[in-house]
Amino acid sequence: MCVCVCVCVCVLQCCRSAAVCLCSSARRGLSCNGWSGTIMAVEFEGGVVIGADSRTTTGAYIANRVTDKLTPIHERIFCCRSGSAADTQAIADAVTYQLGFHSIELDEAPLVQTAASLFREMCYRYREELMAGIIVAGWDPRRGGQVYTVPVGGMMTRQPVSVGGSGSSYIYGYVDSNYRAGMSKEECLKFTAEALTLAMERDGSSGGVVRLAVVSEQGVERQVILGNQLPKFSTV
Amino acid sequence: TVPVNGSEEGKIKAPKPMKTGTTIAGVVYKDGVVLGADTRATSEEVVADKMCAKIHYIAPNIYCCGAGTAADTEKTTDMLSSNLTIFSMNSGRNPRVVMAVNILQDMLFRYRGMIGAHLILGGVDCTGSHLYTVGPYGSMDKVPYLAMGSGKLPAMGILEDRFKGNMDLEEAKALVSDAIHAGIMSDLASGNNIDLCVITKEGVDYIRPHRESIYNYKRQAKYKYKPGTTPVLNKTVNQLELVHETVQMMETAGSS
Repeated sequence: MCVCVCVCVCVLQCCRSAAVCLCSSARRGLSCNGWSGTIMAVEFEGGVVIGADSRTTTGAYIANRVTDKLTPIHERIFCCRSGSAADTQAIADAVTYQLGFHSIELDEAPLVQTAASLFREMCYRYREELMAGIIVAGWDPRRGGQVYTVPVGGMMTRQPVSVGGSGSSYIYGYVDSNYRAGMSKEECLKFTAEALTLAMERDGSSGGVVRLAVVSEQGVERQVILGNQLPKFSTV
Repeated sequence: TVPVNGSEEGKIKAPKPMKTGTTIAGVVYKDGVVLGADTRATSEEVVADKMCAKIHYIAPNIYCCGAGTAADTEKTTDMLSSNLTIFSMNSGRNPRVVMAVNILQDMLFRYRGMIGAHLILGGVDCTGSHLYTVGPYGSMDKVPYLAMGSGKLPAMGILEDRFKGNMDLEEAKALVSDAIHAGIMSDLASGNNIDLCVITKEGVDYIRPHRESIYNYKRQAKYKYKPGTTPVLNKTVNQLELVHETVQMMETAGSS
């Protein structure tokens, strides 16, 4: 009898999202589905290069080793998802809807900043319930290629190069020392692939293949670098 | 009442969700999708149901394997099936697998993981053959082959080893069957028979069971008692008198 009452209360509170800390802290303690790896985005003249690893883990089990973390939000706007898979998928779906609606109302292509703001609104408002680190990157006719980072907590800031996810800690040094302003598209692709490979080597939650995409005025070009084709580094 | 600051005093511990133990798997092959499941439902250490049906009907072209809490998977798939039937009637279209996935994601995310349903959805619609998994928190993955449940590790081993793109039907059935069999052999909570469900553009072949357990559970004795086993000592008959009768008409859709 006692147990039934407890369950009812817990479920009601979850649905109303009133007593937030109990549920969110409990959830973070459990191995909830999807703690994901490493994401990165770089601006260049004429567009952006985005990249991600492909591993989704549930505790120690790799639930999906070929995940696509580069999610299109609009024709020339993508988001790179890291953190809880369920949360980021839900947020991305909601923002895709909102941005699509906005774009139809305006009858023109939305700005990358608008998309980033929508992400920030949602991630900040529900910061207690969500575990989502998102990088929004794309191209719009007004300001060209832009990268905005919306990390856990709901801050938003524009950066020329941004990394995120659990594997990002291992590559801040590499990115800071190797990034130069004014790199070409090919240089950005190589830079992103190498950085992600280094992160995947050291972070247990990152791995699989490297997914890359170039978003520019011409559209979107996607590519996959398979495990055995990744750039090779010293195996000390 | 539960304190909002989460202090230790009076903190309610959520009860452990009852895992029923399962091995379920799915594979996309040349002409469609093959789904497979074991048939054991456990209640802690006792096998509660030896011939449990874990492949649930969602739509004529979509079936769903459920792992996790049995009650949750049952009710979730029922609700999904009802919603898709209503949609079909309203729009005159056959439901698509992505629709089922979206409805599930919305619902499971809203309940924040409290509904312990780990589902594998497979189906064939006008856009092709699809296999999705939806987790209890509302995350979704689209992959060509999958295993879920407590026996997913051994089953995934078999699938990773032998899966190829564009297999033919017999190969795909053998692969799924072997994957479930590996789960049954290596996981205590999975067992008994193996059910398969083959979904193609032409229709559905629900093979229940595909492979039976080699352990035959034949009862050793009969448990029926002949009339007269218990002696009757006394018999009293009370006639009930009809005092008052009323008839109340119900509002039905047919009445004008």
